[in-house]
Amino acid sequence: MKYFRLIWKNAWRKKIRTSLTILSVFVAFLLFALLSAIGYAFRGGVDVADAERLIVIHKISLINPLPMSYMNRIAATEGVDSVTHGSWFGGYYQDPRNHFGQFPVDPQAYFDMYPEFDIPEEQLEAFKRNRTGAVVGQEIAKKYGWKVGDRIPIQATIWSRIDGSRTWEFDLEGIFSTDDPRGSSPIMLFQYDYFEEARAFGKGTAGWYILRVANGANPVDVANAIDLQFANSPNETETSTEAAFSQSFAKQFGNIALIVTLVLGAVFFTLLLVSGNTMSQSVRERISEIAVLKTLGFGDRTVLGIVLSESILIMLIGGLLGLGLGWLGVQGLAKEMGTFLPGVFLSPVAIATGIAMMIGTGLLAGIFPALKAMRLSIIDALARA
Amino acid sequence: MSDVLARLEGVSRIYQKGKEKVEVLHALDLEIPDGDFVAIMGPSGSGKTTLLNLLGGLDKPTAGTITVGGSELSSMSNSQLSRWRSTNIGFIFQFYNLLPVLTAHRNVELPLLLTDFGGKERARRASIALDIVGLADRANHYPRELSGGQEQRVAIARAIVSDPPLLLCDEPTGDLDRDMSDEILRLLQVLNRDHGKTIVMVTHDAQAAEFAKRTLHCDKGTLEAKETA
Repeated sequence: MKYFRLIWKNAWRKKIRTSLTILSVFVAFLLFALLSAIGYAFRGGVDVADAERLIVIHKISLINPLPMSYMNRIAATEGVDSVTHGSWFGGYYQDPRNHFGQFPVDPQAYFDMYPEFDIPEEQLEAFKRNRTGAVVGQEIAKKYGWKVGDRIPIQATIWSRIDGSRTWEFDLEGIFSTDDPRGSSPIMLFQYDYFEEARAFGKGTAGWYILRVANGANPVDVANAIDLQFANSPNETETSTEAAFSQSFAKQFGNIALIVTLVLGAVFFTLLLVSGNTMSQSVRERISEIAVLKTLGFGDRTVLGIVLSESILIMLIGGLLGLGLGWLGVQGLAKEMGTFLPGVFLSPVAIATGIAMMIGTGLLAGIFPALKAMRLSIIDALARA
Repeated sequence: MSDVLARLEGVSRIYQKGKEKVEVLHALDLEIPDGDFVAIMGPSGSGKTTLLNLLGGLDKPTAGTITVGGSELSSMSNSQLSRWRSTNIGFIFQFYNLLPVLTAHRNVELPLLLTDFGGKERARRASIALDIVGLADRANHYPRELSGGQEQRVAIARAIVSDPPLLLCDEPTGDLDRDMSDEILRLLQVLNRDHGKTIVMVTHDAQAAEFAKRTLHCDKGTLEAKETA
């Protein structure tokens, strides 16, 4: 710390140059924060996936439904503890822009399968009792100002009713939350029985099955046993872990992780060149001063440390500012896009990665100028001065 | 004068310039007693600065031994020499070589960063050093806000702040006018006489050399003594 003033003063020797470098670092880490948060949202399901839950979908596509008769057969498969089902409803509230996930489910079985969803017991009971009842995640309720007891009309984009109408009305019986730190539960659940009774087509089917593997059973063996059971049938299945399912679902939007990595890679490579150039110029301009420091008794390693610290300091100033503003931006983004893209979240891991990248980029940008300063011959440098 | 502070025995320094070997110092013997103030004069390229660099542990002899304050410099590693310099040698350069981004006070404090002193003690010692050179009132000025003579006095304060026994001055008045030069040389005399510093000063200026206790003439890598005191 006793060298901090020297490092700080040297960093600000050329104020405009340092400010521009810090600005480029700031922009890079602002982008890093925003893209990390969006990337996190796209792979969010993967991160929170339960390893003991398997998803069974139609082998051709998630869009193809599976017969309801499969449920008992899946439940009877060795290694299966419990099974429930879900289906994609695909509706919106009032305006097509107000789109979020709605799933017709078996209330008790679904909440048993997802213990991370937290709902008051009496609300769950009310939901089970009311055929037109529904429950929503707290983000949805907050966004649309819904409260328990409200009647919610949802416009279907796929499922028309027997009477030809596309408006489905639900009684809001409960609001649930999740213990996931992102608070990501922007979905609506309603009674499958009501859906089955009122839909005009597709009766006797479900979109997918969710099962919990019994204690001690091997998930891979269970998945293989299920798929083998339905092989060569009109509705072959593909069973995968919840993580793999979430990953393939996210990939429908493109390989977001790869896009984020490529964009950030380009940004940080450019940043490395900019900051490396700044440090090189800075050291070149004060060769004689470094020689004087060494003359006074500053050792080679101390000089190396001072130059590297200067490089890291510049990275930290710009980087922390960028990450800070990025964090604020992510809060706004999460608020605006929460129902369309749930889970936009700047995770502690992303923040730690960002700080590690600041230090790493600082080290890389500063290492060659620092080595040059360290190896500097005092006599040659003073003679040149 | 008393004990010998610095002793050079059979010191040669040969530089390789391309295929050619240039012998700058040739089998040099020299003793500098503790409390001495010696001026070294001579034409350009005669080896004056090389001699100063060797005495300060900035360079190593090709042959011979150099002992300063009981330490044999030729056998020390670069890191040992760095540590040794920080407590044993004060350097004063022709062009002051202050760090432009630091105030006078912070420039003077620089060598103390290498010690275990806390911030308050470093500040106290830097203030004393600035007081000795008569610049206590300029402590918070940056080098660009000082005259040449004031800058050199700050450099002298920096050289004495860690209380080294030996001050090495390379043309300390080379960039100053006569009045300023005399002022700096009188300050060096005070440091020698009242503070017991041993001073070796390289200079082209015969008038400057008169401020020393004795003068040595360096020519073609050898020394010849001419007592002036």
